Amino acid sequence: MKNLVSTRDLEAGNAIALLDTAIDMVDVRSRDVKKLPTLRGKTVANVFFEDSTRTRLSFEAAALALSADVTTFTAPGSSVSKGESLKDTLQTLESMGADFIVLRHSHSGVAATVANNGWVDAHIINAGDGTHEHPTQALLDAFTMRSRLLGDAARGNDLSGIKVAIVGDILHSRVARSNALLLHKLGASVTLAAPQTLLPRAIESWGVTVVSTLDDAIDTAPDVVMTLRVQKERMSSGFFPSESEFSALWGMNDARLSRLPSTSIVMHPGPMNRGLEISGSVADSPQSTVTEQVANGVAIRMAVLYTLMGDSR
Amino acid sequence: MTILIRGASLMGGDTSDILIDGDKIREVGRISSSADRVVDAHGLIALPGLVDLHSHLREPGGEGSETILSGSRAAAAGGFTTVHAMANTNPVADTAEIVELVAERGRLAGYVEVRPVGAVTKNLGGEQLADIGGMARSAAAVTVFSDDGRCVGDALLMRRALEYVSTFGGVIAQHSQDPRLTEDAVVNEGRVSSELGLRGWPSVAEESIIARDVLLAEYVGARLHVCHVSTAGSADVIRWAKKRGIRVTAEVTPHHLFLTEDRALAYDPLFKVNPPLRTAEDVEELRRAVADGTIDVVATDHAPHASASKDCTWHDATFGMVGLESALSVVQHTLVDAGHISWSSVARILSVVPAEIGKVEGYDAPLAAGSRANITLVDPSHTSVWDASRLHGRSTNSPFVGTSLPGRIMSTIFNGTETVIDGTVVAPELVRNT
Repeated sequence: MKNLVSTRDLEAGNAIALLDTAIDMVDVRSRDVKKLPTLRGKTVANVFFEDSTRTRLSFEAAALALSADVTTFTAPGSSVSKGESLKDTLQTLESMGADFIVLRHSHSGVAATVANNGWVDAHIINAGDGTHEHPTQALLDAFTMRSRLLGDAARGNDLSGIKVAIVGDILHSRVARSNALLLHKLGASVTLAAPQTLLPRAIESWGVTVVSTLDDAIDTAPDVVMTLRVQKERMSSGFFPSESEFSALWGMNDARLSRLPSTSIVMHPGPMNRGLEISGSVADSPQSTVTEQVANGVAIRMAVLYTLMGDSR
Repeated sequence: MTILIRGASLMGGDTSDILIDGDKIREVGRISSSADRVVDAHGLIALPGLVDLHSHLREPGGEGSETILSGSRAAAAGGFTTVHAMANTNPVADTAEIVELVAERGRLAGYVEVRPVGAVTKNLGGEQLADIGGMARSAAAVTVFSDDGRCVGDALLMRRALEYVSTFGGVIAQHSQDPRLTEDAVVNEGRVSSELGLRGWPSVAEESIIARDVLLAEYVGARLHVCHVSTAGSADVIRWAKKRGIRVTAEVTPHHLFLTEDRALAYDPLFKVNPPLRTAEDVEELRRAVADGTIDVVATDHAPHASASKDCTWHDATFGMVGLESALSVVQHTLVDAGHISWSSVARILSVVPAEIGKVEGYDAPLAAGSRANITLVDPSHTSVWDASRLHGRSTNSPFVGTSLPGRIMSTIFNGTETVIDGTVVAPELVRNT
């Protein structure tokens, strides 16, 4: 595996190997010396055409923990995001010695285009492309589910038998898309709960079950409820009538938490709109994995860099 | 100058000789007399010169991607003797002055008859009618009006346009795309748009505009032409309208008869086109709709783009693909070889009927003595992998490069002048008018 562009690129076996490597990375992170020398002398370029402080910092921490040099290029806005400039920007970064390009862009497909068309030789890691995919988020979410739900039995195992409900704006969510695909591959059964306006067409082909409301999803006694960030501009675009109606039908709150099995977890990729898709008390409850997801993000990104590095030799 | 074509199969039927004298066909049959030039056409099919109702020649304003000369050469290479040049140039072809300039440059180039299409609305703005009467009465005698690239979305404006163009015997060629339903849409809405996370272009955005427009055309008693039909549902609406007696004609592009949305899966901008590539079911239904006459003509929507606007991300890429050179090969592959239509129907959908819709003279009696000498000779037994050397325009954004396709244009004769000889486009100085 040279690049990580989409969860479609991962077979179940690769994905499990990545999750297992991440367990080792968690161990590294808990040691006195929190670094491995794997990427010494290598440069990881974080190229963020769309702002995302948390993802950028997570990749930076992962690269530094593997002893890589890190350069960061942030250019939100459209002035430099036109085609030739993107090509030129990436070729410039590679000329400066980037071995890995961690790419975030507001347009779907950018990472695939860069990986496919030979503009650069560097490893490409998709750190989120438009409304398409965010594969490292899906991996860290799968890692979080596996370690919380399987505990010591996590290593080497997939997510067979685990029931996951993903709730909210599926249509515009790269997190939902990557998660649905990866979880399906790992044997989990996935239920999506969303208004029809926020569901992609022809979603049957994803191998998921679709229900209307979060209550319908909770009726299935899921092991995981994954809430998604709602962009507030979706309301003005007529995808749903009001925040209060959205919250009433698809918001995760205490009443719904109490209907979940006590072993179930509630996830959110952040940043959260407290009170909209998730209530503050649920976010802060012991069943919430929000901060754990952030910590696991560093380990997963270390595992991805480590694995891509190994496969290039 | 006389040219004798020996032994061609006339539109796939009987084998015959054709004698051309000047710009006319003098005789068709068994001809013993000789001529200034003799073309051996044994094994070749003779078709009337092809007529494209829909191409973008980019001049004036877009000469980086195509010119009237380069586009004319691409057309000749594809067996065309007439092309309609869409109005979305810069400046827009919305006045007599611009359409006359386009027609005159086409005449000077000499490869094909270039028939300018006039804009429906000023500057394609969708607000105020363009100088339709002025363009119709100009030396270019415009008969087809289109805002192609944009839909005349406003129902009242479309009604007025249909009525006003009728005054001059013209036709509106509508780019049917509901603007609101397709904001930022870049790929067919369905399985592929969901997988790619790209904004979908739903079939209903095309079908609802066609439904509205055929009803408007019926109400005001006007003619309507529907550009690049891309969905099975659109074919259904048009079939219904024709049954009802509404004066509607429709075109389909070669690429919509062949390629499906799956080609977008790698985000290769070569396959970004508007309307988008649809599903395999749509492709199959469009072929059937050509066969049963619901769709009247094949038109290329030849849309050249410089490499910079395709060597980029899907989002940044422009819509469109070149298609003049490959059109007949794709028609042979998808319609003739697939058993949907005969070669005589190819003459109908690629020459006689498009000329009728555009009111182009000289195509009503194909390959008949006394007709204009517009003839295309094609070798249907030839099959080759399409490569960029087959392209003669300034841009190479063909989706068929690398695809094996049947048929090769061996000869094109435009008003008695050979523009393609032995499969090679002749040099500009040999056809140029002064």
